[in-house]
Amino acid sequence: MSATLHVNGNGNGAEHRLTKADFQSDQETRWCPGCGDYAILNAVQTLMPDLGVPTEKTVFVTGIGCAGRFAYYMDTYGMHSIHGRATTIATGLATTREDLSIWVVSGDGDALSIGGNHLIHALRRNVPVKILLFNNQIYGLTKGQASPTSERGKITKSTPFGSQDRPFNPIALALGAEASFVARTLDRDRKHMTEVLRQAAEHKGASLVEIYQNCPIFNDGAFFNLTEKDTKVAAQIRLEHGQPITFGPEEALRGVARADDGGLEIVAAAGNEQRLIVHDQHREDPSLAFALARLADGPTEPTPIGIFRQVQRPVHGAAASENPGRAVGDVGALDQLLHAGDTWTIA
Amino acid sequence: MRFAGDSGDGMQLAGGRFTDATAVLGNDLATLPDFPAEIRAPAGTIPGVSAFQIHFASRDILTPGDAPNVLVAMNPAALKANLAALPRGATIIVNEDAFTRRNLEKAGYAESPLDDDTLSEFTVHRVPMTSLTTRASEGLEGVGTRDAGRAKNLFALGLLSWLYDRPTDVTERWIEGKFASKPAAKAANLAAFQAGWSFGETTELLDVQYKILPATDVESGTYRQVNGTTATALGLLAGSVRARLPLLLASYPITPASELLHELSKHERLGVRTVQAEDEIAAAGVALGAAFGGHLGITSTSGPGMDLKSETIGLALMLELPMVIVDVQRAGPSTGLPTKTEQSDLLMAMYGRHGDAPLPILAAQTAGDCFRSAFEAVQIAIERRTPVILLTDGFLANSSEPWRIPSLEELPEIDPGFASAPPEGESFLPYARDERGVRPWAPPGTPGLEHRIGGIEKQDGTGNISYDPANHAHMTRVRAAKVSNIAADLPPLAVDDPGGDADVLVLGWGSTYGSIRAGVRRVRDRGLKVAQAHVRHINPLPSNIGEVLRGYDKVLVPEMNTGQLVKLLRAEFLVDCKPYNKITGQPLYAAELEEAIVELIEAPAEVPA
Repeated sequence: MSATLHVNGNGNGAEHRLTKADFQSDQETRWCPGCGDYAILNAVQTLMPDLGVPTEKTVFVTGIGCAGRFAYYMDTYGMHSIHGRATTIATGLATTREDLSIWVVSGDGDALSIGGNHLIHALRRNVPVKILLFNNQIYGLTKGQASPTSERGKITKSTPFGSQDRPFNPIALALGAEASFVARTLDRDRKHMTEVLRQAAEHKGASLVEIYQNCPIFNDGAFFNLTEKDTKVAAQIRLEHGQPITFGPEEALRGVARADDGGLEIVAAAGNEQRLIVHDQHREDPSLAFALARLADGPTEPTPIGIFRQVQRPVHGAAASENPGRAVGDVGALDQLLHAGDTWTIA
Repeated sequence: MRFAGDSGDGMQLAGGRFTDATAVLGNDLATLPDFPAEIRAPAGTIPGVSAFQIHFASRDILTPGDAPNVLVAMNPAALKANLAALPRGATIIVNEDAFTRRNLEKAGYAESPLDDDTLSEFTVHRVPMTSLTTRASEGLEGVGTRDAGRAKNLFALGLLSWLYDRPTDVTERWIEGKFASKPAAKAANLAAFQAGWSFGETTELLDVQYKILPATDVESGTYRQVNGTTATALGLLAGSVRARLPLLLASYPITPASELLHELSKHERLGVRTVQAEDEIAAAGVALGAAFGGHLGITSTSGPGMDLKSETIGLALMLELPMVIVDVQRAGPSTGLPTKTEQSDLLMAMYGRHGDAPLPILAAQTAGDCFRSAFEAVQIAIERRTPVILLTDGFLANSSEPWRIPSLEELPEIDPGFASAPPEGESFLPYARDERGVRPWAPPGTPGLEHRIGGIEKQDGTGNISYDPANHAHMTRVRAAKVSNIAADLPPLAVDDPGGDADVLVLGWGSTYGSIRAGVRRVRDRGLKVAQAHVRHINPLPSNIGEVLRGYDKVLVPEMNTGQLVKLLRAEFLVDCKPYNKITGQPLYAAELEEAIVELIEAPAEVPA
């Protein structure tokens, strides 16, 4: 999308160019100081005018959790719904209103625990919605219980002896559902986040963007390995379409290559140039993207960020909308239907 | 008359065809399909028995009948399962070929009931239906013995069609259409049907033929046969057409509500979208999302599905968006009896949400009445911006009756009244209310109306999040008043009390309408006086109902549950209504109601201590 500014009818005939301010509601933001959600909100509000969709055609549907408040801060249409169900409501909206740009904002508990079923089905159906999954690996709004992305052994209020359960890898889960757009970005990398969100917005179909988001109260620093100056160069594996997958400091550049057993391995880039995998986000088969998602067991290891997969496939509802002859309010057709089959008249 | 056989024998089909022919003839009728929950229970066993009952006459018919006068039993299990329902002197027509040693054993008969005195009180006709059917299709091109054997239900239908002088062209036309692409099956079924008819005509086995003249005491107009499912679908569609809003139905397969999904999914031409969601919760969410988008959002379910939808219904209520929830009630709790009927979701519809969460509830009374109730549910939902629960049940969904097709003038236009942008300088108030307490509906797309709604308590007017205690109390009352205000626009409860001097009132709701009317008629035929009224609007109740209840010495409330409406009435009006309850998964019978009503009439009046 170009940097052209778009105009917005404001109902009184006058028109003006959309700015970030047009997407800021008058509600006071109430996340904790230092919460990663502020950076995401800021990035989204800044990106919106560039997308060419006026405020009245933009809808944010959210679930429950800290991320759920997002809808109130966007001066668009919005619904703060119930725990886990935002995807279902967005599906209903997308099925009936293909003229809208629909965003779902969710968290790791909302999207992967209580709403897990809805998430995989929205991805399976390729519902045209953009799903932002704020992953802070903890329940924030309910004050600090283990979430489905909390690492094993994590001590929380609900797991005083350490979490026993293996966490979900949201990217692998989405790829397992064969989602058509799957990406990961970081709350503390404004530029990367903006670019990923832009591509998610332009994707036709369901897009899932996992955003590693710091919770300064209950899980502070969970992603610092990936986001802080002194560690991030060695830890971020930046996926760029058409480029060999390399990471780390120039002097000790490493890369991702095929191992002899068919899996992936991390190797020194020098001397292995021919073996390095060139990232192809449009690859139809999601297996390689899945293997990339599995490179890191958690953000404490070198972790891929960027767009894992972006492919075109049929979009939910598109077939129905192409069907001609849909007539709402056609009383003649109704009357015909009421009289269908054998009828008889009594004088 | 009842067709009974194995669930693979095509009894529902035979019953359905007989019903169509009967309807076209102009008889009034009511039907009761009764089939097992299992798709194919072991063949020949009692759990596998499937039956279809039809009650028809020249006068108006109110119920599918208590006890059938004629039973067609396609095997020993069908005979055994249905024998207890037959009155003395009834006619039994059996498929003699199926009374084999093995089938007798499966049904638990040591000796064939055809050979001992088990059936001595009945008139029994032994017809070798399987072999006659097979013989009828001998020589037909492409018809194997398998096709031939499967057509024995059509033989039975042909025989019964002769016995009751039903027109044959309706059924023959149906066979030709149904099997248009399968010439062998078409030939086999036509041959079987005609063989059954000829068998009746030529043998002296059945020495009587009944002629039932067209019904005469019915309203003039154009009629068709409908079952409750079709009528519900048509009513919802009519609402969509009159509101000029596209209909979206989101549903998850569940017995007996799935049929509504099947029915509505046929009508894309009228703007219908159907979504088979991943679960019941998602189905409710998808419907609510459509409503937020300015469409007519509907979700349908039965029993356990209602439990799952509760949270979303609460959200719809808080958001004050239109939505229709169709609950085709079935016997519960839990999985309960999926294919059997009950009226046991009334209190759940009333109170089955956390918080003070009242919403409008309608209950359909007959198969045809599902149309009107569904239309009205759509109308209330849209005009009042609220989720509305429409209660039908398994009996209504599957039973059919002749239905007078309404003219379009009888269906009022429904105005969605979408909000328009506020004047320059004024901000849009999504929770501002009109005199009925109704808020604006502002689907995404209109510039200047951008707003946020959610499940958190809102400030009146602005809709902004509010934790103010006084505001919550106010909003709770405002939401309740919005629903209770609807009563002002509802017709008063009509009471049928011919002499105006009955002491006993029978008050029912939902699908018991026909049984109660029939029971009351029997009581009146005995020269006794009884008044009758039926509630369509469960919430809010008609505004005169308290007055009506207090106008009678005794009130009987028959229900297919353990007493749910009766509790509401007693709590609300302090009237000592008497319950009459049946929880067998079967509809109420006129005879049992007659007895209960007479007992109450004859009971000495209670003198307050």
